[in-house]
Amino acid sequence: MIAPGAIPALPRGVRIHFDKLRDTWVLLAPERTVTLDPVAHAILSEVDGKSSFGEITARLADRYAAPQDQIAADSAGFLGALRDRLFLDLAP
Amino acid sequence: MTIRPPIAMLAELTHRCPLSCPYCSNPLELARAETELPTEDWVRVFREAAELGVLQLHLSGGEPASRRDLPELVRAARQIGLYTNLITSGIGLTEARLGELDAAGLDHVQLSLQGTDAEMADAIGGYRGGFTRKMQVAGWIKAIGFPLTLNTVLHRRNLHQLPRALEMAEEMGARRIEVATVQFHGWALKNRDALMPTREQAKEATRIVAEARARLKGRLVVDYVPADYHSDYPKRCMGGWGTTGLNVAPDGTVLPCHAAQTIPHLTFENVRDKPLSDIWYQSSAFNAYRGTGWMPEPCQSCDRREADFGGCRCQAMALAGDAGATDPVCIKSPHHAALQARAAAYAAGPDALIYRTAPGKPLPHIGNATTGPESRSAERITAGNG
Ligand code: SF4
Ligand code: SF4
Repeated sequence: MIAPGAIPALPRGVRIHFDKLRDTWVLLAPERTVTLDPVAHAILSEVDGKSSFGEITARLADRYAAPQDQIAADSAGFLGALRDRLFLDLAP
Repeated sequence: MTIRPPIAMLAELTHRCPLSCPYCSNPLELARAETELPTEDWVRVFREAAELGVLQLHLSGGEPASRRDLPELVRAARQIGLYTNLITSGIGLTEARLGELDAAGLDHVQLSLQGTDAEMADAIGGYRGGFTRKMQVAGWIKAIGFPLTLNTVLHRRNLHQLPRALEMAEEMGARRIEVATVQFHGWALKNRDALMPTREQAKEATRIVAEARARLKGRLVVDYVPADYHSDYPKRCMGGWGTTGLNVAPDGTVLPCHAAQTIPHLTFENVRDKPLSDIWYQSSAFNAYRGTGWMPEPCQSCDRREADFGGCRCQAMALAGDAGATDPVCIKSPHHAALQARAAAYAAGPDALIYRTAPGKPLPHIGNATTGPESRSAERITAGNG
């Protein structure tokens, strides 16, 4: 789980890119390319280095008319996996 | 068979390098400076690569800092939208130049480590003062804040330094370390006796890596290339021939992997003559070992055939004399037992190193030389949902 007050940020060297040829968003990182499905892309689009995890999931819940705790669980799984690979910073 | 577009391109900007590592992945016949593609050709190739589907560009060599137009090339690559990674020994980079690369938008730096102290590093790199200089460059990289991978090539002489290399990665602020056991291509093949790790060393390295991965989780990513002569299954070389990545040599020759020119019956096209996309999709060299149709038994009926694509073609060439054979590293290969026995014999071999020469210099004589450049692991180009 990620604490609601934690602030996720993409570190230098990790960035979102639209892959025109394959018509998909990807996350580019050192020696790795992660294909982003629409949900993953929606989550990462909210990661701005300022918003807290709670704020991000509230906005997503609002936009997709879905329960925030469900969005929080999905987002935490995805962001946690990125964090484990050091593709994401989490400020407590 | 549908051919997917490549994700990564390794641009060997030059074969020039101040170091002369005895395991350099450059070919024995090094390209001279005057045959190197000029700036505008490289920029065109970057654009063609991006249009073809390449997302990740590795600027390599030789030592890419030997190219004076490096910042210009980085700027162009970034403008084209490529993720731009510099693979360097650090030698030839100054603080001012790193500043220029930063301003040009360089995404990531991969710094090679020949050893964890001056004595080892300078003996392996064949360049006195190289280690001190590298440490200075590492300091500038950290100060600028470039994302960093430390790239260690391990072999019989320096495998015992792995624990210290892991510490150094943390001290340098690296987020990732590549622990690559030397792969026997290029110059490394010439130095097999002197570089082959013992089976015990290879086991110990695997243990240290597993321990470090658990201990450093969330702080340092450890990517590992085990010693393959001591393995039971081969590596998925280059992610599969013609599936994921391509290399462009300094003179513009396009290769499915950096050792592909050791396969004598293949002919390779050049970006000076043809668009990259034609070369990727249509050239006979890229199509030679694509997919699974070319495979002999035991690969053809093996359930791992799409996992490793039968291993490395260049290794099959070097060890079995047939680029179309099952990689002799594989336990199912008829050559496997003999290879493991030979690996043990190599590991007990003499210690003299044959150093890489400079482009245009004659090849050194085997047997009476002493040192040599940095091998990129066959697996280095990774892709997909990695
Ligand atoms: S037999 Fe071929 S496909 Fe099967 S594991 Fe060995 S190399 Fe891979
Ligand atoms: S392996 Fe050594 S000699 Fe070869 S390019 Fe790298 S630093 Fe230079």
